[in-house]
Amino acid sequence: MPWSDPCDVPGTLRLLTPQGERVAPDPAVPNGEALASLAATLDAERLLAMYADMSLTRAFDREATSLQRQGELGLWPESRGQEAAQIGSAHALAPRDYVFPSYREHGVAHVRGLPVRELLHLFRGTQHGGWDPAPHNFHLYTLVIGSHTLHATGYAMGIQRDGDVGTGDPARDRAVITYFGDGATAQGDVNEALVFAATTNAPVVFFCQNNQWAISAPSTVQSAVPLVERGGGFGVPSIRVDGNDVLACYAATATALQRARRGEGPTFIEAVTYRMGAHTTSDDPTRYRMREEEEHWGQRDPIARLAALLRAEGVLDDEAQARIDAEAAELTAGVRTYCRSLTPPAPESMFDHVYAEPHQRLDAERSWFRDYQSSFLDATAGR
Amino acid sequence: MAITTDIQTNATGDAGRPTPSTTTLPLARAINAGLRRALEQDDRVMLMGEDIGRLGGVFRVTDGLQAQFGTQRVVDSPLAESGILGTAIGLAMAGYRPVVEIQFDGFVFPAFDQITTQLAKLHYRSQGRVRVPVVIRIPYGGHIGAIEHHSESPEALFAHTAGLRIVSPATAQDGYTMIQQAIASPDPVIFLEPKSRYWEKGAVELDAEPSGDLHRARTVRAGRDATLVAYGPSVATSLAAAQAAAEEGRELEVIDLRSVAPLDLDSVVASVERTGRLIVVHEAPTAHGVGAEIAAAVAERCFYRLQAPVLRVGGFHTPYPASAIESDYLPSLDRILDAVDRAFAA
Ligand SMILES: Cc1ncc(C[n+]2csc(CCOP(=O)(O)OP(=O)(O)O)c2C)c(N)n1
Repeated sequence: MPWSDPCDVPGTLRLLTPQGERVAPDPAVPNGEALASLAATLDAERLLAMYADMSLTRAFDREATSLQRQGELGLWPESRGQEAAQIGSAHALAPRDYVFPSYREHGVAHVRGLPVRELLHLFRGTQHGGWDPAPHNFHLYTLVIGSHTLHATGYAMGIQRDGDVGTGDPARDRAVITYFGDGATAQGDVNEALVFAATTNAPVVFFCQNNQWAISAPSTVQSAVPLVERGGGFGVPSIRVDGNDVLACYAATATALQRARRGEGPTFIEAVTYRMGAHTTSDDPTRYRMREEEEHWGQRDPIARLAALLRAEGVLDDEAQARIDAEAAELTAGVRTYCRSLTPPAPESMFDHVYAEPHQRLDAERSWFRDYQSSFLDATAGR
Repeated sequence: MAITTDIQTNATGDAGRPTPSTTTLPLARAINAGLRRALEQDDRVMLMGEDIGRLGGVFRVTDGLQAQFGTQRVVDSPLAESGILGTAIGLAMAGYRPVVEIQFDGFVFPAFDQITTQLAKLHYRSQGRVRVPVVIRIPYGGHIGAIEHHSESPEALFAHTAGLRIVSPATAQDGYTMIQQAIASPDPVIFLEPKSRYWEKGAVELDAEPSGDLHRARTVRAGRDATLVAYGPSVATSLAAAQAAAEEGRELEVIDLRSVAPLDLDSVVASVERTGRLIVVHEAPTAHGVGAEIAAAVAERCFYRLQAPVLRVGGFHTPYPASAIESDYLPSLDRILDAVDRAFAA
């Protein structure tokens, strides 16, 4: 195998082997035993729910990809391969925690309870947002790489000022998590976010999904050291996890969030995973990626890994699988119908919400546009 | 009067010169050929940007250049725009001629500080002792159905800063020539590539030396009744509008500015002196924009020759909208003709 598994590096938290067997954590992982026992508290029901969430996310992602292929979406960033990182971390969130995603966090959106079909507005080109962040504490997707990590940090600073950390009251204590890629770690904003978080002790978890590629650039272009080593220089405790191991992702994130909620400050998590598909549907990975590499990671599919565990432990049987498949079919059919129902908004809507209060220039342009549009319609009507 | 309907026609050579090797290329390939020639001719020229090497850039403008010139001259940079621009400044000070690519217009802003506070001002601050000949290539503009931050026209934000030169080719020939001129310029140049025109083919003389003034506007269609001034992606729309107007008996002159900063006001003024009417077309919002600058300058210089107020056709004072309605935002042929009607009604 030309590709050694980067998760075999000592100090990487792994609780589930690629074959789906539970393992003891590497002794070099700080607090490995505590993390393992936290993962061990996940009962059969919870594990099955995680498996279902991963499967539904995969099905949704596949559907969105084919909707793009059929011309129904302008673009789609696939999440295939990153389900363990997303579902594992998202299951560690409490309802009052707040999420600042990048643009590929479809699985996190799903776990937060956001109907994933609402993610399509942005990619169908009918809106720049598409959902209300408030009910699910799930912020809008952000396309400018890394900029949202500062928003997450600022939001965490707000929570801290509100006194919503370290009270010991689980109904009150809150934390923030932000998701970004390995490429994003090169941006000034991400580094500045780490500076602010560390020096203010903000309750924020930096969750880096190192999917090995930033479009065509491998992680080595972004960092000369393993990304996990970055955190330390900023004073942010850091941990590296096998991002295709849902148990490890859950345990590391739950621990980091608990730390944050207790008022103990930020944590950096590097989840080493793999982007199994293209960067987006516009990308052509054959120009920069070897098939052997893709095959290597194909054998490390996070969903197959959890399925093997759950089959072995008797949690997943054919009946449960059939139930999940049926749910996936229902979800994707709904997504397809919803997608097609998203028609272009009224052109005049582009003038809405630019400002919270009336604005002379905008009002003038809007009324000019309205007159222009109606002159056009009148001319047609008169014919 | 020879009226050229094809945007390419005026780009070809002078009579009497030996026939140069003319080939037909899309704009993106023409820029690629210009970059290749610059890399061949001066080994201090180097390219930097996200995904420009193995992938050839997301628009493939740098396709094949890393394979030909190696990873030291065509550099896949980290995903950090401020880093790209800041290091380009240092490389330029060390004697290199960096040509950097910003992946999309909306992603230039992390580098805004380096461009406006450092790149633009070093020559001035050093009293001419430090030169920073950096070229910043930015695929810009809309009409490609993209998501947020992939369709913007940020030129006015840079044009307001002294020390930067800002140009935009509208044809394949200009793409080929102007990129070489930009690289040869001792000043920083922002090179705006109209992405909606990347795939438009045109004749390109590959052997021609990149002579001429980078900042000289060009009349791409002659006309006597009104002047349309445009640059980049709006040149084609303006030509189409002029064509449509001609069918209704109005002869519109179309000027391709080619340069946003500095502006070739003499060419614009000369045209307005003859036509008496001016309409400026660009994709960027009109508020506080390049069109406003041209309108004010022309009003100063041609007040008594103008038969109508100078009009602007451009984007609105809104964020660039979702792609489903971008055609209502962008200056369309109909919006240009509407402005022409207003200019004649005045
Ligand atoms: C500031 C900025 N520059 C460039 C881009 C274009 N771009 C979009 S995604 C991407 C790669 C991102 O890689 P990474 O951070 O590793 O996240 P991934 O997409 O792999 O999840 C690039 C260069 C952008 N969106 N924002």
